[in-house]
Amino acid sequence: MNVSIRQAPEIRDPSGHATPGPALELRDVYKEYPGGVRAVDGLTLSIEQGEFFSLMGPSGCGKTTTLRLIAGLDSLTAGSIAISGVEVSGRTHAVPPEERRVGVVFQDYALFPHMTVAENIGFGIHAMPRQPRGIRVADLLDLVGLAGLDGKYPHELSGGQRQRVALARSLAPSPRIMLLDEPFSNLDAELRASLREETRAILKASGTTTVLVTHDREEAFSLSDRVGLLNNGRLDQVGAAYDVYHYPVNRYVAELTGKADFLPAEIRNGRIYTSLGEFPTNDRPEGHSARGELMIRPDDVSVAPDANGTGVICGAEFLGGSILYALELPDGERLHALMPSVRPISAGTRVTLHFDPAHLVFMAHENGS
Amino acid sequence: MTRRRVLRAEDMRRLTRGRGGHGLLPLVTLLIAGLTLLPVAVVAFSLLTPTTEVWRHLLDTVLPRMVGNTLLLVGGVGLGTLVVGGGLAWLVSAFDFPGRRHFRWMLVLPMAVPTYIMGIVYIALLDASGPVQSFVRASGWSTAGLAEVRSGTSAIIVMTLVLYPYVFLLARAGFEELSGSMFEAAQTLGADRKRLFFRVALPLARPSLVAGVSLASMEALADFATVRYFNFPTVSDGVLRVWYGMMELGAASELAGLLAMFALLLLLLERRTRRRRAYHQSKGKLPGMPVTPLAGWRGAMASMTCSAVMLAAFGLPATQLLAWSVTELASMQPGVSAVYVRLAWNSVSLAALAAACAAVVAFVMAAVSRLSPTRVTRAATSVVTMGYAMPGAVIAVGVLGPLALFDRVANMAIESVAGGGVGLILTGSLVGLAYAYTARFMAVAYSSVDASMERIAPNTVLAARSLGAGWLRVGTRVQLPLILPGIIAGMVLVFVDVMRELPITVVLRPFGYDTLAIWVWQMAAESLWTSTAIPALAIVLVGLLPVKLLLDASGAGMQREERR
Repeated sequence: MNVSIRQAPEIRDPSGHATPGPALELRDVYKEYPGGVRAVDGLTLSIEQGEFFSLMGPSGCGKTTTLRLIAGLDSLTAGSIAISGVEVSGRTHAVPPEERRVGVVFQDYALFPHMTVAENIGFGIHAMPRQPRGIRVADLLDLVGLAGLDGKYPHELSGGQRQRVALARSLAPSPRIMLLDEPFSNLDAELRASLREETRAILKASGTTTVLVTHDREEAFSLSDRVGLLNNGRLDQVGAAYDVYHYPVNRYVAELTGKADFLPAEIRNGRIYTSLGEFPTNDRPEGHSARGELMIRPDDVSVAPDANGTGVICGAEFLGGSILYALELPDGERLHALMPSVRPISAGTRVTLHFDPAHLVFMAHENGS
Repeated sequence: MTRRRVLRAEDMRRLTRGRGGHGLLPLVTLLIAGLTLLPVAVVAFSLLTPTTEVWRHLLDTVLPRMVGNTLLLVGGVGLGTLVVGGGLAWLVSAFDFPGRRHFRWMLVLPMAVPTYIMGIVYIALLDASGPVQSFVRASGWSTAGLAEVRSGTSAIIVMTLVLYPYVFLLARAGFEELSGSMFEAAQTLGADRKRLFFRVALPLARPSLVAGVSLASMEALADFATVRYFNFPTVSDGVLRVWYGMMELGAASELAGLLAMFALLLLLLERRTRRRRAYHQSKGKLPGMPVTPLAGWRGAMASMTCSAVMLAAFGLPATQLLAWSVTELASMQPGVSAVYVRLAWNSVSLAALAAACAAVVAFVMAAVSRLSPTRVTRAATSVVTMGYAMPGAVIAVGVLGPLALFDRVANMAIESVAGGGVGLILTGSLVGLAYAYTARFMAVAYSSVDASMERIAPNTVLAARSLGAGWLRVGTRVQLPLILPGIIAGMVLVFVDVMRELPITVVLRPFGYDTLAIWVWQMAAESLWTSTAIPALAIVLVGLLPVKLLLDASGAGMQREERR
C-alpha cells in the first residue's frame, strides 16, 4: 500500500508544552464482522496533539467503524489503538468507552430528550461539585453561543442548536480526543458552512485533538490539518488537503477528492506524451518509461477561443462564480476546464487549451513500467 | 388553451376517502359512543344519588375493608408487575445470556393464563389439603408456622405472575426503541451501566412502564373471582356479592360507581403517559441499546431467574392442569363429555358473537372517523375506546338497569296492544350479553382495526383511482385486503377476552347458560379441582392465540435483533 506519511508540524497542546508523542495511534487495526465482512482492513494512522484530522470516504468505506473503534464502542479484531501513548484497545484488553475520555458527536446528536440543555451538557461531569459544574456548563453554553437556552429541552431547539449542544456536551469532560461523526450532514447548506467554521474555531481554541468522519470533501478540506482517504477499510493516502487534491496517489483518491479527467499517456525519457502534446514530469526519474494515464484537474486547464484551437466546447455547467466547460478533443477524448464566469464561451466554439504543468499527475497502469 | 382543474383540499379528501356527503355518519358514532357510555353513566349516576341506609350499612360492615383491599391489591400488583415485568424486560434487552433469545418471547406466555385459573392452581397446590402441606405433614413437620395461603399477599403474588407480561411487553418495546447512539453518547461521557439504566433508560422508558403497570392494575381491579378464592374481597367482588346476596340493583350500581372511579383514575394515568410519549421518541439510526454479554455464573443467574419466573407463571399451572386433565379423563363419568361439549359450544358461540359485534362496531367507528374527521367523531372515538378500562362488574351492573327498563317499556306497549305481557325480552338474553361484551371489549378490536387503516397511505387510494378504479373496486381490491388482517386480529383478541371473561357472563347470562369460564369458577368454588382442569386448559390454550398475535406484532423488533 502506498501511503505517504508526512512530517506533521510541531503542535503545542493546551498546557503549552511541546508533546512529542502522537495523541492517537492506530496500528494495523482490523475489524471483521461476523460473516467475514472486513470493515477495517489493516489501518495504521498517527494523529498529533491538537490536530484536526478528517477520515474521508464514501459510505461503507469503514470510516464510521474506525471512529467507533477509537471510541471503544466496537471491539477490534486485530491490531491496537493507543491514546497519548497508552494502549486502549489491543489483543487482550480494551478500555471501556466510559473510561477513555473520548468525546463523540453523533450524526443524530443523540441528545437525551428527557434532560434540559444544561442537564445534557452537565451529564458527563456529574462527579464535579455542583458549583464548578454550573460554571463549566455556563462557560460551554457561552462558547457555543447558546447562553440563555440552558432550560430548554432538545425538542425545542433547531437542528443547528442541537448540534451545538451535542458539541458542548462532549467538550464538557475535556476529552483527550474528539470524534465527529458527520455532524453537519443533517443541517441545511447555509447553516452547515457557518457551523463548520464555528466548530473548528471552538475545537482549535480548546486545543482538542479531533477526528472528523465525513463523505463531504469540502467539509474535510476546509476543516482539516490533514485528510485520510479510506478505501474499503484501507487508507489510500494521508496528507494535507492541498496535497491529496493535487497529488492523488491513485484514481480512487483523485475522483474522491474532486473532478478529474484522465488522458491516456506514456512516460519516456522524463517526459509525458499525450494526444495533447508532451509535458515535463515532476518527479519521475530520467530513463523511466511506463504507460498510464495523466490526471488533469479542470482548474489546471484554461481555454481561450481560437479558430485554430484543438478543442471544441461541447457543454457548459454554470456554477455561479465559475463555469465548468466540457471539451471534445480531436481524438474523441473529453476534458473539463474550470474558468471564471467573466466572458462565457458558447457551445461549439473552437478553443486552445493551456495546461498549468504544476499539478499534472501521471498514474502508471498496474501492469506498466 | 386547456383549462386545468385545480384540486382543492376537499376534493382530495373525497378522492382519497370515497364518496362525499356523509352528514349522518357522525351521528352513528355518537350513537355508538352513547351506547358504550350508557352503563358507566348509569352507575355513575347512581353514585350521585346514593341510598343512604345501604351505604351506612356497607360502611359499618364490609366497605372499609373492601376499599382497603382494593387499594392494596391494585398497588401491590402494580408494584409487583413493575418490578418483575420491568426487571425482566431490562434483563433481556440490555444483557446477553444463555437462552435470552427464547426468553424474549417465552416470558410473554403467562398472559394466556387468566388470573382465576392461576389462583385455582396455586390454592390447590398450597392449601391445607394440597400436596405441599400434605408432604410437610407427612415428613413429620408442623404446618402451623406456614403462612395462610388464602391471603391478600398470595392474591397479589399470583396476579403479578400472570399480569407482569403487560409491563414486560411494553417495557421491552420501550427499551428497544430507544436510540442506540444515545446510550453510546452516555458511555463516551463516562456513564457506567448503573448510570445508563437510572439516568437514561429508566426515565425514557417510564411512559411504557407506567402504561404497562396501569393495564395490569386495571386487570387486578376488574378481577373478582381470584380475590374471592383468596378470601380478599375487593370492590369488584363486593358489587357481585351485593347483587347476588341482596338482589339489590341500586346498591350494586352505587358500589359499581365507586369501582368505576378507581378505573377512571387508572385510565387517566395511562392516557396521560401515552400522550407524553410523543416527544420522547427519538429516531435512532444505530441498533438499540448496547447489549452486555453475561458470562459464567452471572449468565447462569440471569437464565435461572427467567426460568424460575417461567416455571412459576406458566410451567407449573400448565403442568398441573394437564395432570388434572389426565386424572379427569381416566375417571370421567359417562355423559360428562357431553357437558364439556355443550360448555365449549356455549363459550365459542358467545365469543364469536361478541367478536363479530365488536368488529363491526370497530370498523364503523374507524371508518367514520376517517370519512369525517370532525371534533364530534374524535370525541366519540375517545369515549368508545375507554371501555377496556372499565371492570366487567361495572359494565354488567350498568347494563342491567337499561335492559330492565327496555323490557318494562316494551311489555307495557305490548300489553296495551295485545292485552298480555311477554315477560323478559333483553334481560338475561344473548343480546344483553353481546351488548355488554361489545361495550367492554370493542376498544381492543378498535385499536387493531384503526392501526391497519392507518397503514393505508392516502396516495395508495389516489393511485388506484387515477388508474380508473371506482370506489367499489378501491374498496374491495385495495382497502379491504389491507384492513382485513387488522379486523381478524381484533376479532381474535375479543374472542379470547370473552372466552375467559367472568363478571359480565355471571351477571347477564341466560338462566342455566354455562360457559367454560363459568364452569371453572363454580367447580373451583367447590374445590373440585380436577373438574376445572379440562375447561381451564381449553381457556389457556385459546389464550395463547393473542399471545401469538402480540409476538408477531413485535416480530419486527425480533428481526432487527437477529440482524445485529
